[in-house]
Amino acid sequence: MWAFALRRLLHTIPILFGVSLIVFLLVQLMPGDAADILIPPEAPPDVRAALRAAFGLDQPVYVQYALWLRRLMVGDLGVSIFTNQPVASELFSALGNTLLLALPAALLGFSLGVALGMLAAFNRGRWPDRLFSAIAIAGVSLPHYWVGIVLVAVFAVILNWLPAQGMGAGGVPTSWAQIQHLILPVATLSLIPMGVVSRLVRANVLETLSQEFVATLHAKGLRPARVLLHVTRNAAPAALALMGLQLGYLIGGSILVETVFNWPGSGGLMNLAIFRRDVPVLSATILVLAAIFVMINLLVDILQAVIDPRIRR
Amino acid sequence: MSEQGPALSVHDLSVRFTAREGDVTAVNGVSFDLARGEVLGILGESGSGKSVTLRALIGLLPPRRTVIGGTIAFDGRDMAADQTTRLAELRGRKIAMIFQEPMLALDPVFTIGDQIAEAIVRHEAVSWAAAWARAQELLELVQIPSAARRLRNYPHEMSGGMRQRAMIALALSCRPEVLLADEPTTALDVTVQIQIVLLLRALQRELGMAVIFVTHDVGVAVEIADRLAVMYSGRIVEAGTTAEVIAAPKHPYTAGLLGSSVRHARKGVPLRTIPGLPPDLRRLPPGCSFAPRCGHMAMACQQTMPALTALPDGHLSRCRRVVEEGLDPR
Repeated sequence: MWAFALRRLLHTIPILFGVSLIVFLLVQLMPGDAADILIPPEAPPDVRAALRAAFGLDQPVYVQYALWLRRLMVGDLGVSIFTNQPVASELFSALGNTLLLALPAALLGFSLGVALGMLAAFNRGRWPDRLFSAIAIAGVSLPHYWVGIVLVAVFAVILNWLPAQGMGAGGVPTSWAQIQHLILPVATLSLIPMGVVSRLVRANVLETLSQEFVATLHAKGLRPARVLLHVTRNAAPAALALMGLQLGYLIGGSILVETVFNWPGSGGLMNLAIFRRDVPVLSATILVLAAIFVMINLLVDILQAVIDPRIRR
Repeated sequence: MSEQGPALSVHDLSVRFTAREGDVTAVNGVSFDLARGEVLGILGESGSGKSVTLRALIGLLPPRRTVIGGTIAFDGRDMAADQTTRLAELRGRKIAMIFQEPMLALDPVFTIGDQIAEAIVRHEAVSWAAAWARAQELLELVQIPSAARRLRNYPHEMSGGMRQRAMIALALSCRPEVLLADEPTTALDVTVQIQIVLLLRALQRELGMAVIFVTHDVGVAVEIADRLAVMYSGRIVEAGTTAEVIAAPKHPYTAGLLGSSVRHARKGVPLRTIPGLPPDLRRLPPGCSFAPRCGHMAMACQQTMPALTALPDGHLSRCRRVVEEGLDPR
């Protein structure tokens, strides 16, 4: 088990290296550079050249990559071309804001998804199955920015129960007023994880229930709760894989939902960096998000191996 | 209840699966007594209803799609065969089951030790540690080497024969009075089959259990069963002691099964097969359901289903021509 975990951990090193290369090349593909944004097109060529030299944009691409990588190794994410602020502070503030939404949304979406999926599976073909399946499909199919707008219209504008947008004081919520700001965006973001997780859990539990070993469990005379434990443990690995991916997407931030709720998260930061051709901010943001994604999947892989011994090989 | 009565008495058991395309009666009026310490072999092709009969006895059929009729008396206590809740009290404790494919019948993500111990903990007021110790004794009982280490194995870490031994240990965990064996040797290599049959036979004698052993393999049935019941399209067509049924079958279907056995075949002598296919259970012929494939078929055979009738020696047959005309079906 420990050998498996260590091996899997070492696998992440080449993966992260590859990710850094892809991120760098993707950003290079973007037309134009910082000089085009910061100074007008009619600026004299020597000013433009001086500016490009200042940012190292005149170097060959592979030198730029090597320099960037060397700075990353010592934890230096660079300085924003546009604001002249360290990228790290902008990035971690946005990421913190996103986590404030992503973690509760994941918790809500996953627990509802698992509960609804199981209830649907154990009541296959009867009304709970139809109802929960309809909810799940609606959760996946409705565009979530639209759901966000409808929620704002109902709960903020008509009923006036909750704030329409913004973070309030920001930071980790300590008061009801701050929690109020979280409710609508978290509910909106939890819809997709809830829908996809419940669909997968339903399918997986049904598949597990159809297996012969469930007959053995009944033949042993086990109580329903114990049978449920066996079924859950068998169905869990696939559901965990999906939850890992969904959590990754949530941490990546949703530009649409952030826009609806005016929430300064990582989606918005990335969007802004693209429009400003702010290469240091953009590449650092993508890289950090990708690294988080890789780490979540590493954790899921290890968790799966703990649950299902057949994976440890 | 007294020690003299049968361990299990099944009367007029029927199982009907309901489906949109039409109902299927998989088991139709099956009755038999299983004496204490007796091994009853149920012989039949796939689709003859033998496995469904076993699953009905232990209440494993999906309740929403099954209609079960008849009565089952366990230990002299009569219960309607569809009372799965009352059956559930007996499951794993008085009546246990082993399955055809141990790889599928064991939970892949729990250790063998956990799977045996949880059954013991469920039925007896013992600690996990005590149950775990019992599980080790059980593995030793079924002759698994280094039992203590094997308890920590998962099913995929064992060989097919070892898994089936573990399955038997699991079934024996609470010393059942009746053991149901659903083709437990079919999925195994031939050499392992013999070991498992011999082990089951030895354990059955040692523990004095009654066993119902379902198989399609005549050779295996002969090896283990005291009595044989032959099933065809959901009904028992012949029943008697193993020796009688093998030496002098009293139904053309049994005769055909014995004749098509590879075991006694010789090179150059073509195997005899039973012509045709088992009937569609949705469209059973009005008369004897074996009539369309029977070499001894007469007009009367196609009109009514003959009853299972006792011959003077106690041997039961559902063949009109054997019962009424003294035909030798071989």
